Amino acid sequence: MDLFSKYDIFGAFWVTIQLTLLSAVGALIWGTVLVAMRVGPVPVMRWFATAYINIVRNTPLTIIILFASLGLSSTLGITLVDPDSTTSIADSSFRLAVLGFIAYTATFVAEAIRSGINTVPVGQAEAARALGMGFTRVLGTIVLPQAFRAVIAPLASVLIALTKNTTVAAIIGVAEAALLMSEMVENESDRLLLVFVLFALGFVILTLPTGLLLGRLAKKVEVRR
Amino acid sequence: MRFTRSLKAGAGVAVLALALAACGGGGGSTGASETGNQSLADKAKSTQKVVVGIKFDQPGLGLKQPDGTYAGFDVDVAKYVAKELGVPESGITFKEAQSAERENLIQKGEVDFIVATYSITDARKQKVNFGGPYFVAHQDLLVRSDNTDITGPDSLNGNKKLCSVKGSTPAQKVKDTYAKDVQLQEYGKYSDCVTALLNGSVDAVTTDDVILAGYAAAQAPGKLKVVGKGFTDENYGIGLKKDDTAGTSAVNAAINKMIADGSWATSLQNNVGPSGYKIPSPPTVPSS
Repeated sequence: MDLFSKYDIFGAFWVTIQLTLLSAVGALIWGTVLVAMRVGPVPVMRWFATAYINIVRNTPLTIIILFASLGLSSTLGITLVDPDSTTSIADSSFRLAVLGFIAYTATFVAEAIRSGINTVPVGQAEAARALGMGFTRVLGTIVLPQAFRAVIAPLASVLIALTKNTTVAAIIGVAEAALLMSEMVENESDRLLLVFVLFALGFVILTLPTGLLLGRLAKKVEVRR
Repeated sequence: MRFTRSLKAGAGVAVLALALAACGGGGGSTGASETGNQSLADKAKSTQKVVVGIKFDQPGLGLKQPDGTYAGFDVDVAKYVAKELGVPESGITFKEAQSAERENLIQKGEVDFIVATYSITDARKQKVNFGGPYFVAHQDLLVRSDNTDITGPDSLNGNKKLCSVKGSTPAQKVKDTYAKDVQLQEYGKYSDCVTALLNGSVDAVTTDDVILAGYAAAQAPGKLKVVGKGFTDENYGIGLKKDDTAGTSAVNAAINKMIADGSWATSLQNNVGPSGYKIPSPPTVPSS
């Protein structure tokens, strides 16, 4: 197990975890905004959210991440860091990757929540409207709380997919697990199988508890009808 | 009831997976044993066919062109060696050999030999035989033509931005030796680095000089230049099956002939010369 002393495997997985958590929080927020626009009464917003979801969801993640780095940052010059700092490249790659993951994962979050909204009986929203509540209050206090409780299990799948998707960040040089793996593949060509098993195991350790815990939570908060 | 049904389904899937695995394993091993103990030299002569591993994505060295043909210095070397082994050009099948897969491709017998910017190292020698070296490359820097302040690895001091391919040896070398003073951007492909270099978000790209020269030659002339202060030696060899001594010496003889009759220098001049890269003198190849 000299691989652990030679390479910072835990450090690389820590970056993977950071990528996952930051992107998950961002995607949850942006996804909720998207779904609110999509089911909302304003046609322009509905049109924008539908178009955004369909375009981004059907674009390969590799292209989105590469575009964030080569397109946004180097060609258009939109930088998220101070270009003179001594760690500008590492910071910039990390932030651009998070941005790309949020943009991509939010579409899946939005579609999952929309399916949850469909489980809330239409009569409830109608009753709330009859009481004089506006769209945001109906959505925020009546529909979304019930919708979220119904979609925890699907959102867990999205989170697991996101955890594994973070490996795509390696193509723009974010120092996460997959980047370290390609380095180890280059250097340890006589122990390829061990390297692969090690990283596969690392991801199982990250994703298996996510699925189990969120599955249990989904059962606990489920709305029984 | 539901439980037993899902168990059954699970068992079915497991059996299927096992069967597939068995098929895969069987196919692989028969493929290997056919070519297993035969020397490359004999096999090429008797079958008039070789499978050669090259890079498909390196301009000037091994590039698959839009029309399906292959061009580059590595391709020329592969064709020359095949010719010397008695294989006509129509008998050559080119197969993509990505860096991480090269030892595996040879060991499994999926390719007969590999000409793909394959540096001879001690770790690799444990798994494959090397003919050559047919070229000695040096890790170098590619910069924009109007750049004057980058003259070598030491001049990268002062927060310069350097690009290389993720996980590759040149990137690691820079990380270890120069990381304190230089920032490293890693991309999946060198072409992404070249894009970043052209639009100014990195200051230099590093890998072997001949690869850089290939990228420079693929751009409009006068846009990019290779600095020309190589700081390592990379001996490119032709990889073939471990312990195939007869094959190795046949390959060496072919390389020696290619250098002697001038087609070695001509090929380099045609493929990477347009970048202004100075063609080095050929390496010494063991003639045994």
